Amino acid sequence: MRQYFGRKLLIYALTFFVAVTVNWMIPRFMPGDPVASMVARARISDPEAVAAMQQYYSNLFGFDQPILAQYFNFWGALFAGNFGISIWAYPLPVADVIMDAVPYSLGLLIPSILLSWFVGNWAGALAARRKILDNTVLPVGYVLTAMPYMWIAILLCWGFGVVFQVLPVAGGYSFAMQPNLSWEFVGSLFQHWLLPFVSLFLVALGGWAIGMRNMIIYELEADYSNYLAALGAPHRLIRRYAFRNAVLPQITGLALQLGVLVAGALVTEIVFSYPGLGSLILKAIQNQDFFLLQGTFLFIVLGVLIANFVIDVVYVIVDPRTRAGMTGATT
Amino acid sequence: MRNRTRFLIPFVVVGLAAAACSSGDTTPSTQGSAPAASAAAPADSKSFPRNETLYSSGTMWGPPANWNPLREWDSATGTKGLLYETLFLYDATTDKFQPWLAESGEWTGDKEYTLKLRSGITWSDGKPLTADDVKFTFELGKIETVPYHNIWTFLDSAEVVDPQTVKFTFKEARYQQWANHVYQRAIVPKHIWESVKPEEVVDFANENPVGTGPYNYHSHDQDRQAWVKRDDWWGIKALGKDVKPKYIVDIVNSSNEVAMGLLLQKGLDLSNNFLPGVANLVRGNFGVSTYYADAPFMLSANTAWLVLNTKKKPMDDPAFRKAMAFSVDTKRIVENVYGNLVKPADPTGLLPQWDKYVDKSVTGSMGFSYDPAKSKQLLADAGYKDTDGDGFINNKDGSKIDLKIIVPTGWTDWMESIRVIATSAKDVGISLTPEFPDYNALVEQRSTGKFDMLINNERQLSNTPERYYDYVFNMPVQKLQNTVNFGRYENEKAWDLVGQLDATKTDDVEGMKAITSQLQKIQLEDMPVIPLWYNGLWSQVSNSVWKNWPSDAAGTPKTPPTMWRNWLELGGVLTLTELQPAGA
Repeated sequence: MRQYFGRKLLIYALTFFVAVTVNWMIPRFMPGDPVASMVARARISDPEAVAAMQQYYSNLFGFDQPILAQYFNFWGALFAGNFGISIWAYPLPVADVIMDAVPYSLGLLIPSILLSWFVGNWAGALAARRKILDNTVLPVGYVLTAMPYMWIAILLCWGFGVVFQVLPVAGGYSFAMQPNLSWEFVGSLFQHWLLPFVSLFLVALGGWAIGMRNMIIYELEADYSNYLAALGAPHRLIRRYAFRNAVLPQITGLALQLGVLVAGALVTEIVFSYPGLGSLILKAIQNQDFFLLQGTFLFIVLGVLIANFVIDVVYVIVDPRTRAGMTGATT
Repeated sequence: MRNRTRFLIPFVVVGLAAAACSSGDTTPSTQGSAPAASAAAPADSKSFPRNETLYSSGTMWGPPANWNPLREWDSATGTKGLLYETLFLYDATTDKFQPWLAESGEWTGDKEYTLKLRSGITWSDGKPLTADDVKFTFELGKIETVPYHNIWTFLDSAEVVDPQTVKFTFKEARYQQWANHVYQRAIVPKHIWESVKPEEVVDFANENPVGTGPYNYHSHDQDRQAWVKRDDWWGIKALGKDVKPKYIVDIVNSSNEVAMGLLLQKGLDLSNNFLPGVANLVRGNFGVSTYYADAPFMLSANTAWLVLNTKKKPMDDPAFRKAMAFSVDTKRIVENVYGNLVKPADPTGLLPQWDKYVDKSVTGSMGFSYDPAKSKQLLADAGYKDTDGDGFINNKDGSKIDLKIIVPTGWTDWMESIRVIATSAKDVGISLTPEFPDYNALVEQRSTGKFDMLINNERQLSNTPERYYDYVFNMPVQKLQNTVNFGRYENEKAWDLVGQLDATKTDDVEGMKAITSQLQKIQLEDMPVIPLWYNGLWSQVSNSVWKNWPSDAAGTPKTPPTMWRNWLELGGVLTLTELQPAGA
């Protein structure tokens, strides 16, 4: 078991290293110079003032050092928990900007991922081998899963926000409120959360339902099912076995899909201008904010890696074969 | 078994449908979205009652991160205007200065300006505003990184005569620029700012701002900035005016589409976003109105110029630049791209508010308009021919002309505009390709002079056309041209005239006209930049909560309806004093 997790952790560490390095490189090789544009935005014409300002900012952001030194400084600062200063929201530290956004993103992602997974698997399992259900769940599932996140988000936004005017179209909570502990505020949070959540939930739901339906059909056709049936086992029992086997690939699928779901959430946040990480990434790119971009990506990479690790652990728990394999390997 | 679960079929179908419209099912109790819901809420400090709050947007594109009025380009909306105030306001419609923090200010000698402050003005921490604060504010400009550093190239000293009086002595009297400074510089409290280190003044986030203005800082979050009215604002007594909304919440823009959605939901009272197609909203019954009820709908805020890099061939040739000017189909841009939300510019590029400075005899004989035949003729006369038979003209030495015109990617209206410009240039035989680099990349090309053509509108309406001529003719050309004369045009005579204009007193309109007329002649002869259209002061208002918005109708205020940075001192703050609750 130790070997298994050791190997996994090593892979994650490597992924992390590569991701962070790429993450550091990309913004620096984008065209344009953030300091130059910061100075340009300041509308200063006096050449001395321009030079003074340019030097000040280059020094502040560490751009005046050799590129390799910048890279090592970056790692050093990273372990000190320092992500630098945001250029877009100057002079706020990147860590603060991100921490403000993280609760919103997590609040969207965790419920939508988990709920869509559970509901999708449940619906898919029910649908398999039931003609009428199959005829409804399958097409609906295909339509949902084929829908781009952005498109369904825009549809919902337009429908419930503009046409029916029952739900807000933008923001994390009402513009008329300040965060406080009251039912009213929680209600407002919920109202603003609902549409982005539903759009994420729906798209993911379709994929899980289709996957589960196919797996169940496959498992019901398997030899062990036929054998059980021949032995006269109750149908319910066979289905339970089939479900357990079918759910395993779905867990792997969840690990694989995490990245896609996160990306979907980013797009959805932008549509609803929901104040999470997705909106931040867009702003960071638009404003060539290296540090914010690095910070948000880092956060997402970390998040996806951690989630994957959790799924690994869950897999060991739900699939006895992995445990058997591990003991076999260690002895 | 099979039969037993069949009853679940409709349940699942309904469940799926319910998931799809759960939002519809669960909300009837809280109908009417957020702002409406809170209107009924008790007026505790944690929420803003709808009928006392003005919601605005269109200014901030990032979270409010500083309340430093020196950062006139990215401080939180209202930092200058609502919180910090200027000595004067300037009204562009009537061309008049209105004393604000100042009681009066006049030139008491050729090189001496005396400023008297109003008495009884206090900072929000209770300390009085004194001449020391004014002197301190202007002396901050001695720090190199402060944006108005260049003031000290012509200002010699600022002296405190008594607590209400400051005397400015000048090395060189630049009346026009000074007039600009007296209404644009926000006065900051010395007793707080003197403890900020000089090198940090520009980076000072100023999280607990203390100002003299009608509003105090209330709160902020990533996507909003809230202000609360100050009950002891000096203007209530001194001017007999008061700002009406108790709270102002300025919403950070994520996109213009979101602003449009909020406006239609009546969650926004004042949208200073560019909303393409707003004409349909104004004409249809959507409860949205603009300054003019018909085209151009908006007041003009600045001129969009076609900037030509005069250091590159063939743009170094005035004949080519003129031919270019005749080739641009501005009417098509105004009608098709903007749907008549903007107005075509005068050949001089001076805004309608400066119409009196336009010498009609000069523009009459030398002006230009869309005329492809004339454009072709000018090119042929100047010796540009299609020598290699590819359908496009070549340089006089036979080399190919292959030019690029750039605007930042994502600025959709400008992107469409340069497509029109490129097409009409092709019609006269100039090979011109539109390109859309990233904004920062464009800024770099622009300041280093590595472009062929671009569109720019950074100079805004102000008290004097001198600021526009400074933009066009500023000399000497530096290695980096960050704010003015991007085309690197050099003309000693013109720059000398701009200096003379600067040294003309602001009330000497005839003297100013004599100089602007000469400048216009040079401009139209040499065509260093080509004025295209007047961008609007984008402003869409909703009458659902606040009424009496400025418009051209009789009996309404004529002040600019905007929260844009640097516009509150152009009368934007007066708009707030004229508002009336719609319910009353």
